Amino acid sequence: MSDLQREVSELESKSATAARLFDLRRIIGYLFLVYGVIVTIAGLNPSEADLAKADGVHINLWTGIGMLALGLFFLVWVKLRPTTVPTPDEE
Amino acid sequence: MHYLADGLRLPTNGLDYTILAIYFIVVLGIGFAARRSVKTSLDFFLSGRSMPAWITGLAFVAANLGATELLGMAATGAQYGVAVVHWYWIGAIPAMVFLALVMMPFYYGSKVRSVPEFLLQRFDKSAHLLSSILFAFASILIAGVNLYALAIVVEALLGWPQWVAIVVAGFLVLAYITIGGLSSAIYNEVLQFFVILAALIPITILGLKKVGGWDGLTSSLQQSHGDNFLTAWGGTGIGEANALGANWLTIVLGLGFVLSFGYWTTNFAEVQRALSAKNLSAAQRTPLIAAFPKIFVVFLVMIPGLVAAVLVPKIGTAGSDLTYNDAIPYLMQELLPNGVLGIAVTGLLAAFMAGMAANVSSFNTVFTTDIWAKYVVKDRDDTYYVKFGRLITAIGVLASIGTAFLASSFSNIMGYLQTLFSFFNVPMFVVFIIGMFWKRASMKSGFWGLIAGTAAAMVNYFVIYKQGIVDIPTDQGANFVSAIAGFVAGAVVMVAVSLFTKPKPEAELAGLVYGTRSPGMEELPEKGDDAWYRKPALLGWGAIVIAAACYIPYSF
Repeated sequence: MSDLQREVSELESKSATAARLFDLRRIIGYLFLVYGVIVTIAGLNPSEADLAKADGVHINLWTGIGMLALGLFFLVWVKLRPTTVPTPDEE
Repeated sequence: MHYLADGLRLPTNGLDYTILAIYFIVVLGIGFAARRSVKTSLDFFLSGRSMPAWITGLAFVAANLGATELLGMAATGAQYGVAVVHWYWIGAIPAMVFLALVMMPFYYGSKVRSVPEFLLQRFDKSAHLLSSILFAFASILIAGVNLYALAIVVEALLGWPQWVAIVVAGFLVLAYITIGGLSSAIYNEVLQFFVILAALIPITILGLKKVGGWDGLTSSLQQSHGDNFLTAWGGTGIGEANALGANWLTIVLGLGFVLSFGYWTTNFAEVQRALSAKNLSAAQRTPLIAAFPKIFVVFLVMIPGLVAAVLVPKIGTAGSDLTYNDAIPYLMQELLPNGVLGIAVTGLLAAFMAGMAANVSSFNTVFTTDIWAKYVVKDRDDTYYVKFGRLITAIGVLASIGTAFLASSFSNIMGYLQTLFSFFNVPMFVVFIIGMFWKRASMKSGFWGLIAGTAAAMVNYFVIYKQGIVDIPTDQGANFVSAIAGFVAGAVVMVAVSLFTKPKPEAELAGLVYGTRSPGMEELPEKGDDAWYRKPALLGWGAIVIAAACYIPYSF
């Protein structure tokens, strides 16, 4: 084993990332829920001008619903497959 | 023609700014929350080699989806038409698959922390130091290009003065990388990936609807731009003229082989994401998971580019205020109501930050582990290098702010980036590929291959092309040819030098050259990694088949 491999293996054994880093899926889930709610509400009663601009498409509504769905997908994923945290090392 | 009078200013309101503000808060929050995971330098620079594959994979593609890439590729679409797909299907997918299936076992298995560190193991200190310095220099330049692109876009869209945009975005990136290290950069890239999609999809759908769907789009463009504008290969026969200024041979060899392999397989800003994966299987799957979104993202930039070419027939010419790079911002202004507009603005800023953060987080790693810890201040304890990494992150961001102005002299930002890549990445790729497959390649040959390849690409571009010695119609075409010249020169010089200098002792090549293995690397596969949908070979060949199939509708 080379010096480099020894050094990196040693650092790997002391690493705290796996044990202490939070689950990103939760953040994505909540952010897209919030965005989804905001944009869906903006799309519920579009003004004539907004509708005309988007060529008659309820774009806020559809985008909002899409983002809500993405947010829910991530939260359900976390629920179904929670992270298995490796035993955190004491400090 | 009201957009001429009003410029590209977007009608943003409080709702849009709320969406943007939420995003900034979450970005910073991720930085602070990732802080407690940073205990060693390996955590700070490589996330402790512990990330799952889906996260590193999405970060891998997001690191490439910078604002310059999005605006530049939409610009390429508006200028050259469907030919923009070459940058994705032939100019990305084969290289990503090659990185995963062929190179990753050596990269990840040898436990190197950076691309230059691999050169140190395989060749010698001169190749290592040269590539580290070139990479550090290039990443600051490219981060500067990103900053400049952001500043002009934000000034046009939101009316912020350029320096405000540079300071806000620069310091945001500075803060979250300094605090949370690579984990924070990678997590933010994954988030950015989804926000960018949420921004591009509505623009694409509304744009298509506006011009009468795909049929309306193609029939308008056929009339105004001719049939070749809507095919991938039309007019690319050798000797034929086309807008791209390249023939099929330079596209396949220059873009598809040399430029693309150089970028995807040796650019540390990309490879770093894979090196942070938790095991070899996850590292191999990183570029493969990225390949699938990459195949389809082209539609989200090409279609807005084409739509802009229909709606603004004079785009990019003297008769219009709009340049090709304005394609996406123009559609945002024309089509998006408040709400989705806020998402799109956030997505653009997110794309900018993804591109810049990838360069900054790879710069700090190379500067600290490859330059500082090996040649300047050696053998200090690990906490010193974490501290130094944070300091150099700050210095790197400040330096890239300074270089932002360099980007202003090129009309097409993408051309500028590719010029840089052809000078720095191409010789790197030659040296890697020969070093990995030819045991006899000597210690000295790495350094001379790098020098010769870089020099040849520069001479071809700045002397032979710019001085008009050989007539190549466009910058893009010249880039492809320069890349091929750099590749050939690097390879020839490496072989020649190897024949006259001594090879590296066989024992030191274990795990670095094809046909050898790192000692002690018999890692057990993690539970579930043997599932069929996690097999790298299947994912890789699947991506190639899909990319090839995508060409069919645009080839006849």
